[in-house]
Amino acid sequence: MQKAVFWRIALYAAAALVVVESVFPFVYAVATSFKTGSALFDPHMLPSTVSLGNYISLFTLAEQPFGRHILNSVMVSVAVVALSLLIGVTASYALGRIQFKGRGLLLGAVLAVSMFPQVAVLAGMFELIRALGIYNKALGLVLPYLIFTLPFTVWVLTTFMKQLPKELEEAAIMDGCGPWRIIKDVFMPLLWPALVSTGLLAFIAAWNEFLFALTFVLDNDERTVPVSISLISGASKYDIPWGNIMAASVLVTVPLLLLVLAFQKKIVSGLTAGAIKG
Amino acid sequence: MAMNSKTRTAWVFLAPMLIVLILVAVWPLGRTIWFSFTDANINDLEASKFVGFENYFGEFGLFANPNYTDGFFKSDWGTSIVNTLKFSVVSVTLETLAGLGVAMLLNQNFKGRALVRTAVLVPWAIPTIVSAKMWSWMLHDQFGVINQWLVDGGLIDHKIAWTAESAYALWTVVAVDVWKTTPFMALLILAALQTLPKDCYEAAEVDGVHPLRVFWKVTLPLIKPALMVAVIFRLLDALRVFDLIYVLTSNNNSTISMSGFVRREMIDNGYMGYGSAASTALFLIIGLCTVIYLKFARLNLGEE
Repeated sequence: MQKAVFWRIALYAAAALVVVESVFPFVYAVATSFKTGSALFDPHMLPSTVSLGNYISLFTLAEQPFGRHILNSVMVSVAVVALSLLIGVTASYALGRIQFKGRGLLLGAVLAVSMFPQVAVLAGMFELIRALGIYNKALGLVLPYLIFTLPFTVWVLTTFMKQLPKELEEAAIMDGCGPWRIIKDVFMPLLWPALVSTGLLAFIAAWNEFLFALTFVLDNDERTVPVSISLISGASKYDIPWGNIMAASVLVTVPLLLLVLAFQKKIVSGLTAGAIKG
Repeated sequence: MAMNSKTRTAWVFLAPMLIVLILVAVWPLGRTIWFSFTDANINDLEASKFVGFENYFGEFGLFANPNYTDGFFKSDWGTSIVNTLKFSVVSVTLETLAGLGVAMLLNQNFKGRALVRTAVLVPWAIPTIVSAKMWSWMLHDQFGVINQWLVDGGLIDHKIAWTAESAYALWTVVAVDVWKTTPFMALLILAALQTLPKDCYEAAEVDGVHPLRVFWKVTLPLIKPALMVAVIFRLLDALRVFDLIYVLTSNNNSTISMSGFVRREMIDNGYMGYGSAASTALFLIIGLCTVIYLKFARLNLGEE
């Protein structure tokens, strides 16, 4: 009996530890974001006076147009998600529902591309982006981002496509439906949970991307938020505006956090479909 | 030979994906490998000349460079390889162990489990750059809360520059990476744990088998395939690490990763050819690691 009580206590202690360890850094960042001036260097966590100064200055400083950067990130991420899903659905229909020669090989190739180190294409991509005239443009990032969102989307959607009942498709073919109609009217309604989870994962990946964004966009107005945050700096090396950095961090993380928490189950099923069933 | 209509439909539906993947993956990869055999400079790509294996084994090449007077592993390129391997092996090992622990915890029945599961997702949902900045602030050498705690607790007698001192910097990066990616591991392992048959656990409990023995003999072998897949995903991710190290340690030479080295040579210094050789070498090293791992884990990802 005593042993059971001990285990119970240990379990709750471990659970509490995990919660605190997971959440504390972000809570601390939020607390910091409301501090200005010398309060920043006060080791007490809770600010004595709540100041919105850091947030306001993010949007008023001309040399760091943060609002513009958020808009850029939203546009790039939405475009990447839309393109990946559109191309992903058609490809996964072929890979998941049609038996043809070379299917296994093609799936293997898709998986290989999704595990690719992005830096391996950096030089060729740089040349391509300049040749296409999309260097230094935020929306130009949509093209290189497809290298990691598209294979992943195809891979996960294929595993979902395979699980759909055969009878539905057969019935639709009997009714004279072509493949387009089958995808649009029969599969899409069943597939939307998978689309939501892959779409969210692709959105997060695009929203967070740093290497390509840092390399292919130099113009200050065209930057995306991860690069913007990494470049927030003060007058000197010893004068880093931590309050502004934390405010920017909180602003770009909160929407993401809300999305992830609201769609928890969908995201986890997307992640595990990509890995476990592979 | 005429294709049957099903096969034709398949290729029509695959065409957009194939075109995009050729454009964004196959072509740039091929061009990068080509650049690695030239003396291309970022400012004038057209003027590049073919130089054979000069970037790899030449006088100023990556390998067998006579200027490496202190030995290969003291050069920046050698350092970046060592850093990347150290970072990958240590952080993936720690993440797997921590992930296993968290997954076992979440697999228990207790009040507030849903809350813990939600909390665990938080580090995963935070963008890498943001977590790098958050931890830089918490680990700040003068005003950081972590130094404050350690000094107050009497664990250290002077504040430490965790992200700048070369003795600590790489391990600090590992710690932050473990914090950020343990949730991914935990969720994948948890999904595997939840597919395990309940009855064999009940049987073990009735027979009075020690829980640790059950874990070693039943749980671990059953979740091994899922664990191996999760590990390779993380390993491939860790081997290409760039952003966390670049931001957390301010693009410092002592913690530079292979991806960081490639980017520095290619973009900051403009040596497109030399940088491409490094990125091709990185590609081959990662490919080699994958093959070794797959052999070792007896996984076959191409098959379903």
